[in-house]
Amino acid sequence: MENIALKELLYKIADDQLILGHRNSEWTGMGPLLEEDIAFSSMAQDKVGQSYAIYQMLHQLGEQEPDTVAFMRNATQFHNCQLVELPNGEYDFSLIRHLLFDTAEYIRFDYLSTSSYQPLADLAGKIKGELQYHTLHANTLIKKLGTATEESINRLQHSLQVALPYALGIFEPSPYENILIEHKIFKGEVALQQAWQEKIEFIISKTQLTLTDWKVLQPVYGGRVGRHTEHLQPLLDEMSEVFKIDPTAEW
Amino acid sequence: MEIDIEKVWKILEEVKDPEIPVLSLVDLGVITKVENQNQNLYIEITPTFVGCPALDFMKQEVEEKLNQHGFIKHEVKVSFEKPWNSDKISEKGKQALKQFGLAPPISAELFTDISVLEHVICPRCNNNNTELKNPFGPTLCRSIHYCNDCKEAFEQFKPLQ
Repeated sequence: MENIALKELLYKIADDQLILGHRNSEWTGMGPLLEEDIAFSSMAQDKVGQSYAIYQMLHQLGEQEPDTVAFMRNATQFHNCQLVELPNGEYDFSLIRHLLFDTAEYIRFDYLSTSSYQPLADLAGKIKGELQYHTLHANTLIKKLGTATEESINRLQHSLQVALPYALGIFEPSPYENILIEHKIFKGEVALQQAWQEKIEFIISKTQLTLTDWKVLQPVYGGRVGRHTEHLQPLLDEMSEVFKIDPTAEW
Repeated sequence: MEIDIEKVWKILEEVKDPEIPVLSLVDLGVITKVENQNQNLYIEITPTFVGCPALDFMKQEVEEKLNQHGFIKHEVKVSFEKPWNSDKISEKGKQALKQFGLAPPISAELFTDISVLEHVICPRCNNNNTELKNPFGPTLCRSIHYCNDCKEAFEQFKPLQ
């Protein structure tokens, strides 16, 4: 039971990172500024690399090879939250998603760095240090553009409204929540959401953006149990194109 | 063959970072264990960044170097048991980075906010009249800066906790 709970946790973390990593990579060559092009490309490389390390851990727990897991599943077999699969949209949406997701991701890895499952604690401590660059990047840009011009503020505000219900889907209740807490593997989605909300409130308070009352927001759940938007399957098709033509290709 | 661990460390100093050819993997701090396990040489390496694409290449280089020196029975494993941070770069390694034109990382403990990267010391003129251009650079481990005195861009090996 403990093992099943651990695997569910690892799959959703790795799937979130792989899918958002892929979305970030779609900014390569398309960024609004060279600096942002490089930033999103680097974060893509970090996230895909980190997902690989977690798929590797799953492999050691008896799951298939990382490449098979990444490239051979259909959308319904993925456990990422819907937030990460949404198309990049314009830069304002990507930036807001980057803030909302990466803030949660950083706190999650911070919690995991004291996990009772030692291989995960070791890896999480490492990943946490890398994610510091991602959250610093998001916070800096949100502060700048969230206080800049009427257009930048309006754009970010609109994207924030769209993204918030999906962001709450990051914390979709897990059937294994109590087992994970009991065995000190992970502090749980409820604790994570609480810490995340406080952090997001703090960052947004430094800007001219406003947050909707958490209580009236309707979280978009389903991602963790394989229910996805129409956007995930085309992403997977594109991501796995080379692998499906030639599984032994090296590139 | 008797395994001399000290000698193995010396040999490993010959393996350089594929992107920074003046820096050995030993000075970079990515070799975390060298052990004699029943006359088999056991070595652990760990990546600077988890997503570092050079890791497989480094592992291969280590294996080839061991073979060249006659250590045929060996195992090289990637591990996160002793994760890398930028303070693991040796003093010698930091000097090598600087000579190569890369600013060595500031102490990882001091890296608490992006503003710490605003005035990194320029590896050319040693002044800190510099500015941060981008915390992300051409590789995962480098950031981009500009020196107002030299009027030239430079890169820093990023601090990482």
